[in-house]
Amino acid sequence: MTARKRSATATPPAGTTAALALSDGAIFWGRGIGAAAKKTGEVCFNTSITGYQEILTDPSYAGQIITFTFPHVGNVGTNEEDIETVTPAARGLVLRADITEPSNFRATRHLDAWLKANGLPGICGVDTRALTRHIRDTGAPSGTIVHAPDGKLDAEALVAEAKAWPGLEGMDLAKDVTTRQSYSWDETAWQLGRGYGKLAKPRFNVVAVDYGAKRNILRCLAQAGCKVTVVPASASAEDILRHKPDGVFLSNGPGDPAATGIYAVPVIRALLEKRVPIFGICLGHQLLALALGAQTKKLHLGHRGANHPVQDLETGKVEITSQNHGFAVIPETLPKTAVVTHISLFDKTNEGLRCTDRPAFSVQYHPEASPGPQDAHYLFERFTALMANPKAA
Amino acid sequence: MPKRTDIKSILIIGAGPIVIGQACEFDYSGTQACRALRQEGYRIILVNSNPATIMTDPSLADATYVEPVTPEIVEKIIAKERPDALLPTMGGQTALNVAMKLADTGVLEKFGVELIGANRDAIDKAEDRLRFRDAMDKIGLESPKSVLVKSMDEAKEALAKVGLPAIIRPSFTLAGTGGGIAYNEEEYEQIVFGALRASPVGSTLVEESVLGWKEFEMEVVRDRKDNCIIVCSIENVDPMGIHTGDSVTVAPALTLTDKEFQIMRNASIATLREIGVDTGGSNVQFAIDPKTGRMVVIEMNPRVSRSSALASKATGFPIAKIAAKLAVGYTLDELDNDITGVTPASFEPTIDYVVVKMPRFTFEKFPGTPALLSTSMKSVGEAMSIGRSFQEALQKALRSMETGLTGLDEIDIPDDDAGKIREAIVAALAKPTPDRVLVIAQALRFGFAVEEICRISSFDPWFVRQIEDLVSAEAEIRKKGLPKDFAGWTRVKQMGFGDAKLAQLAKKSEAEVAAARRAAGVVPVFKRIDTCAAEFASKTPYLYSAYETPSFDGVESEDEVSDRDKVVILGGGPNRIGQGIEFDYCCVHAVYALREAGFETIMVNCNPETVSTDYDTADRLYFEPLTPETVIEIVRREQAKGRVLGVICQFGGQTPLRLAHALADAGIPILGTSPDAIDLAEDRERFAKLLDKLKLEQPASGTAHSAKEAEEVAAKIGYPVLLRPSYVLGGRAMKIVHSVDQLRGFIAEAVRVSGKNPVLVDSYLQEAIEVDVDAVADGEGVHVAGIMEHIEEAGIHSGDSACSLPPYSLPKKILDEIERQTVELARGLGVVGLMNVQYAVKDARVYVLEVNPRASRTVPFVAKATGVPIAKIAARIMAGEPLASFKLKKRKLDHVAVKEAVFPFARFPGSDTILGPEMKSTGEVMGIDADFGHAFAKAQLGASQKLPVSGSVFISVRDADKKGIVGPARKLASFGFKILATGGTATFLEKSGLEVVRVNKVLEGRPHIVDAMKSGQVHLVFNTTEGAQAVSDSFSLRQAALMGGIAYYTTVSGARAAAEAIAALRSGSLEVAPLQAYFKGAF
Repeated sequence: MTARKRSATATPPAGTTAALALSDGAIFWGRGIGAAAKKTGEVCFNTSITGYQEILTDPSYAGQIITFTFPHVGNVGTNEEDIETVTPAARGLVLRADITEPSNFRATRHLDAWLKANGLPGICGVDTRALTRHIRDTGAPSGTIVHAPDGKLDAEALVAEAKAWPGLEGMDLAKDVTTRQSYSWDETAWQLGRGYGKLAKPRFNVVAVDYGAKRNILRCLAQAGCKVTVVPASASAEDILRHKPDGVFLSNGPGDPAATGIYAVPVIRALLEKRVPIFGICLGHQLLALALGAQTKKLHLGHRGANHPVQDLETGKVEITSQNHGFAVIPETLPKTAVVTHISLFDKTNEGLRCTDRPAFSVQYHPEASPGPQDAHYLFERFTALMANPKAA
Repeated sequence: MPKRTDIKSILIIGAGPIVIGQACEFDYSGTQACRALRQEGYRIILVNSNPATIMTDPSLADATYVEPVTPEIVEKIIAKERPDALLPTMGGQTALNVAMKLADTGVLEKFGVELIGANRDAIDKAEDRLRFRDAMDKIGLESPKSVLVKSMDEAKEALAKVGLPAIIRPSFTLAGTGGGIAYNEEEYEQIVFGALRASPVGSTLVEESVLGWKEFEMEVVRDRKDNCIIVCSIENVDPMGIHTGDSVTVAPALTLTDKEFQIMRNASIATLREIGVDTGGSNVQFAIDPKTGRMVVIEMNPRVSRSSALASKATGFPIAKIAAKLAVGYTLDELDNDITGVTPASFEPTIDYVVVKMPRFTFEKFPGTPALLSTSMKSVGEAMSIGRSFQEALQKALRSMETGLTGLDEIDIPDDDAGKIREAIVAALAKPTPDRVLVIAQALRFGFAVEEICRISSFDPWFVRQIEDLVSAEAEIRKKGLPKDFAGWTRVKQMGFGDAKLAQLAKKSEAEVAAARRAAGVVPVFKRIDTCAAEFASKTPYLYSAYETPSFDGVESEDEVSDRDKVVILGGGPNRIGQGIEFDYCCVHAVYALREAGFETIMVNCNPETVSTDYDTADRLYFEPLTPETVIEIVRREQAKGRVLGVICQFGGQTPLRLAHALADAGIPILGTSPDAIDLAEDRERFAKLLDKLKLEQPASGTAHSAKEAEEVAAKIGYPVLLRPSYVLGGRAMKIVHSVDQLRGFIAEAVRVSGKNPVLVDSYLQEAIEVDVDAVADGEGVHVAGIMEHIEEAGIHSGDSACSLPPYSLPKKILDEIERQTVELARGLGVVGLMNVQYAVKDARVYVLEVNPRASRTVPFVAKATGVPIAKIAARIMAGEPLASFKLKKRKLDHVAVKEAVFPFARFPGSDTILGPEMKSTGEVMGIDADFGHAFAKAQLGASQKLPVSGSVFISVRDADKKGIVGPARKLASFGFKILATGGTATFLEKSGLEVVRVNKVLEGRPHIVDAMKSGQVHLVFNTTEGAQAVSDSFSLRQAALMGGIAYYTTVSGARAAAEAIAALRSGSLEVAPLQAYFKGAF
């Protein structure tokens, strides 16, 4: 590990309109983009080359400032389709290069304008690779990002602000990003030239618990023939069962699973008791594990990218997956009635589990992709198969 | 699944000589495959006729056959070696075609050889355009509308369906050979006619044009468990209609949203599955309509390719090595990612930089062909560059071209015929020329709007806006001068401006710019190519330069320089005619030798096709343009710790030599022969003084700085004279002129190419024998490693001439004299390392033509012909070891090796195939056998000259050659050949007692000789000419030979050798033997 000290220049060079201050005292100067605002959060990095708009609108990034490792972000602008929620949950973004004019037949807006409209501040001109290496070596730090068009930037104050932030551990962020009201969903997968479709003939009735769900998960469920009812994270087992679901989906979401688990775990346990078929993704996977009595831990730097190899231990096959998680299930703490089904080939951490005595399974990664490879789309079919024949599990 | 144990030995087929579309990338992939599979314990049998490859180093395979890559010869190797398996995917189209032939003819079945890496059906499905289209239909992927035609009638019918413009793609040809784009019916018929002839199966696809669409490529790897990964996406900056090998390309794709990218990703994987590529790498090409996103599949290559080499270098993921291991049964998850060492190969590389590939062209050598790009590849090489932004990578790529560019240099767009500049620019933008990026920059300078440029050129606006930014930055620097502070400098350097470009813009010297930049504290940092965008630590020092803003304690560099003793080896940059794989071979050997001797080796190069830029060739690799700025910065950084012994400039051809002075001026030690001695050899006057001192003779000569001076010198020494610019490689702009009129025609170009250096005017020794000598010396001792007698007489560029080692006609007395002179010259120049001398022998006198105190093109040939690794020895001598420690002995060879050149004429229709002092060949082959005839026959076969053993020979020679041609003619007549001849030649041969069938010259009316050739009545052509008129009169004859695949020789000595080879072929079939059988012990 390389020892890194804080930046030597505590005063910004001329022309500086943005800064990123880390809790360890390091400060990066750059050019401001997006909204003139100041935000504090965990600074993470994402190694995906495509899909910045989906990433910025992924609710799981609540509380986080995203460093994009690929230098050019904004090339294809933004559009109305490539979003995972209406309001981006991320707190800011860090880029190497300036945002360019968009060039894509689907682009409707410049990324900078879109960021402004969504209240997201960003900084560009940063050595994002140095920052990424720092995060890799020391873990994701807290940071404060500010875009100040007048150039008034106080390094000390920013660092102090970053230091004061409590960090994601123990933080329940799902309550901030979940839906306030239940709603039903019937939009299906996107097709070139046609956009999103509509579910014509639902085969299953699924309740999706929204801890910060990405829309593409709902689209994938609909595509697989599910009429989806989305309920808030705080929904009780009774609330859920009232919809008479064929299966319950536990969504992805931000924050510490242990914190969200306080209210989510009892609900999931009740559903498990009723032997309702359950499918969980990401935070939903972690919550299912917690409900089964396992524990989770914070990863050193988390998995965020679109190139993560996951091995299906039952078939030996490797799928390239989209990932976004900072916590992981500790496999040793799983009960005997749950088996590990998938592992990460990058660091061997847990990526999936299946109950042997109940119709429930979950994965840590994102089979809905968006952005990223769609190798794992088959899991939605697996869920419908489970609902069709819950006893087979 | 572990590796297969049911196979023990594997035959790998190499790509043969370097030709357009098939260059060193197949040495890179083949070398990786040999090493990877040998490490797994398999017995490796290799066949490749190209001696300049690293893969044919005898230490890389168990049996190395430097033999022609033809089905017949490979069958003999199979019969002899009985391999269990054949890996056909490493040697380009050549290897694939040979393997298919062996499968079709039952040879593989007969000898029980299994195809691994790609099966017969998958290859056929991918290569057969009709089957491919059907396969795509089946999986629901759209292809451009197309019709496969086998005749002109069918083609005319097809036109109604596809419409104009139409793309013509002949079946089973390499890199689009014989294809093209037809804009009108006349062109259509003309191109289809050529395509049907070019296709070995006589069919061609005619296809709906998607001209102007965006072009993308995906590099896919699949294993036997159906694990699929995309190694890299590539976007062509040039629109559809320009062969991807000729396009500027960028990695990764930059103008796709994730949704569109995933459609393409899924389509590429589906394509591999449907075609049936069960293991290995493939490349799938797509076109996208920029207005709607409609995507069509263009084609796929079920093998490693130029693009896969690029993708490997661009990401650090070694596709060929992995593909080789997958072919023997491993799965991706069982293989390691070498770069990180902690993650498996089953992932998709992600990058945090931008890669630009730029092709290198040599249209100037083929004046009959307009410099226009199409679907038939024309470029002879390429450079790759890496930057933290597109702009940085683009400008680095331009600097890597070795064409004198410092960035987006201004180009002259002359007014059109009506004297209108705006219209002229519009016309230039519309034309697919090799320098369109520069044309676009120029149009922007002229005030064209981005939208207008995009509309005319079909370039994506994203790229044009990036260029626009650079053009405005240039204007600002021109106006305001150099940046004033750290931030300003960093900004400019981050945009990729080189010091040399800034010097131009700010009207300062490059040294002043560098000094100002350094004074502002701005130096490059070095970042790692690590396959993972820094997510994991990289243990591999695969580096590129960038400029960064401060983070933590200053700007962050990841070079992690060591405290060892180090040597920097400079590579040769992009391949071009005159400077190719031979120099990369030398650089790689220098690396190997110095690594063995315990030094840390540091490679600097920018050619993605090469072995030298493999991340595990040298200890450290800097993928950078070869400019004084970058090399000095790298050395400075390396000097921070440990000791940089020096830089080796003499192995990479002309490119690094040009840097020697700048490096020496910067106080950086140059290893080996001093730059001053290199200058002395180039400086006509100083060199003449040295020869006087050593009492050696050279042809009468003089120097000239102007046309007038040249005329005076030529008059003094007498015609014919050889005009030669100084400091050029490959005989650029060299000409033999017979009269003052001819001289006036060529001198302007020679003066221009020479720049501030003088043009050399030499007396041209007619009918002299040319000799090439390679030697290695340590300042005192000299070892003459090889004396090569050229087949073609002096005056034909040595790179284009066939040659024989040992000499086949020169007496011992002359050879001893040549050896003596070589020793004198090496000592006289103080050569430390390699030296090449060219001599002419006439009337038993030896003349020194040229001395090059550096690695020459013939070094790998000499090493493979003699079994002495002279490049390695030279490198160690340069690092301080004495020659004596290698105990080299003079040894008489009991075999003969013949080198033959390979030419790209078929790709330059309209250019004459006649040879001269300007080099035109792209590659070479070696034939090795017990005697000259057999060795020459193999060399011809390797170079695709099909020597007939019976039939008709057409002879037409100039007066001076008439006597000389009688011998070969008589020999062929004695074998039963029918002799056809025209006018004077016929009369002369008849007088000499030979039976001759008279035919008309082209100008004498039909049926004439070209008719006879086109109707298949001629199997061999001997044709020598003299004088502009005779040359142009016989042009159609040489074209007919070229297009008809008829063996032809344009010199008497070539004809003589051909007759001897035919005699050898008639005496029995060719036998094969591995290099290991010629030399005991590896070298």
